[in-house]
Amino acid sequence: MNPWPFVIAAYSVAILLTAVLLLWSYRSMRNSEAAVDALKRDEA
Amino acid sequence: MHALANPARFLRIARPATTWLLAVGLALALLGIAAGLTLTPPDYLQGETVRILYIHVPSAWLGMAGWLGIAAASVSQLVWRHPLAAVAGRAVAPAGATFAAICLLTGSIWGRPTWGTWWEWDGRLTSMLILFFLYLGYIALGSAERERGGDGRMVAIYGLVGAINLPIIHYSVLWWRTLHQGQSISITGGSSIDNAILWPLPITMIGFTCLFGAATLMRMRAELAETKVEARLRRLGA
Repeated sequence: MNPWPFVIAAYSVAILLTAVLLLWSYRSMRNSEAAVDALKRDEA
Repeated sequence: MHALANPARFLRIARPATTWLLAVGLALALLGIAAGLTLTPPDYLQGETVRILYIHVPSAWLGMAGWLGIAAASVSQLVWRHPLAAVAGRAVAPAGATFAAICLLTGSIWGRPTWGTWWEWDGRLTSMLILFFLYLGYIALGSAERERGGDGRMVAIYGLVGAINLPIIHYSVLWWRTLHQGQSISITGGSSIDNAILWPLPITMIGFTCLFGAATLMRMRAELAETKVEARLRRLGA
């Protein structure tokens, strides 16, 4: 049994899920902090 | 911990810490992965599939460490009423669930060429799957409690009760000797794996731990900002 397809699949899953977690966290942080800034500008 | 009870003070530390954790985490994780895939020899028994070790072990550690963080946040919330404890618990959960899922998936992929099966109802595998479901329950309960505007006590109690699963996962390979191998790496007692194979593992461990920390801080910052927006909108509406 060729082991490389299993190694590549495992690394792909780990990299993909970690990237999704980081991008999702980054987007929600940017969107929420942008909403605070917009509200501050409206109040000023 | 109480020095960080003020959200403004917390954010002053969290903003640069997020950038540093993200940069160091990405650099170390990619370095460790590259080293694990190209610079280490194949194992005499498992061959090339041993390379899955460099992502499977950090994800297992972070899946369990995430719940340990939730339990610590729960104690901090219930005992000291720390104002950021509930936010921290809710922020840790998605990262913990992601790494628990990575652990289960990479373990399953590793199991096929090594054990000849994708899945077995072995003690370690089953208790890790239970941890993943506990995370899903915590995320659902946490978001429902937040929408309801509750004090989060039920979520904190759930976090503490769920921590019972951590020693079960740790000792499962001793209590039920089935398919998963016993402990081969220990922080205190050395390792049964040769150093020629083992050396990239601390690099990926530290790298993925930094990325876990960055994701948690980003989610905490998002939730604090959402709370600020809700409070301002309520004040404007009043």
